[in-house]
Amino acid sequence: MSPGRKTSSRGRGKPKEGEKRRPMFRRRRLCKFCVDKIDDINYKDVTLLLPFVPERAKILPRRISGTCAKHQRKLRVAIMRARQLALIPYTVD
Amino acid sequence: MNRKYELVYIVSPEGNEDQITDLHTQIETIVQSLDGKIDKTENLGRRKLAYEIGPHKEGTYVIETILGSGELLKEIERRLKVNDLVIRYLAVRIDKDELVIGRARENRIATSRRRRTARGLPPDRQPGEGQPSENSEDRQSQPEKAEERS
Repeated sequence: MSPGRKTSSRGRGKPKEGEKRRPMFRRRRLCKFCVDKIDDINYKDVTLLLPFVPERAKILPRRISGTCAKHQRKLRVAIMRARQLALIPYTVD
Repeated sequence: MNRKYELVYIVSPEGNEDQITDLHTQIETIVQSLDGKIDKTENLGRRKLAYEIGPHKEGTYVIETILGSGELLKEIERRLKVNDLVIRYLAVRIDKDELVIGRARENRIATSRRRRTARGLPPDRQPGEGQPSENSEDRQSQPEKAEERS
């Protein structure tokens, strides 16, 4: 009767009404710098910066790391300075 | 003009100790001739570079904290650019940043004290209470503690 039932949750297309499709729930991550009360994001502190430049040495976006806007700005500057001084790579291939 | 700058330069690994001290005295004379002051000098020693700069794979890092004017820094940068022994340098003005950082810390300590007294607690955190302390001095000393534990 209802064609909606035929499509399983794994099938293509939009989930039909009544189907239980729980969105991937991930707890909103907190800003590391706010939580740990780190005021000074220093470009010489490589151990602090490294977790924010994984694998390909790209800066981890805010939506993933959960860093607040204020600290992400400071982090970005610190990472760019550290890159100039060859403390952090620009890229890894 | 009294501004505070932080100058980091990387000396080529071929440079020996004498050449590094020579470079430092060179900078010192420039600083003194343009009535500045060197606040602090720190040699971080030899480090592997994150990427190759020309033929170099490692270098000696030296940090100098300088009080002085913009002209002074311009002159120093000009000299470092010419010097073959210096493979990379970076000068950053830090007085404003330090001010902001200090203010943020003071504000946080003040609010925490105010709230604690409002809750009828002693204004300062007691040993063994809550999360680890928030001072950067403590944060810097943490890796050492971790080493002790392991």
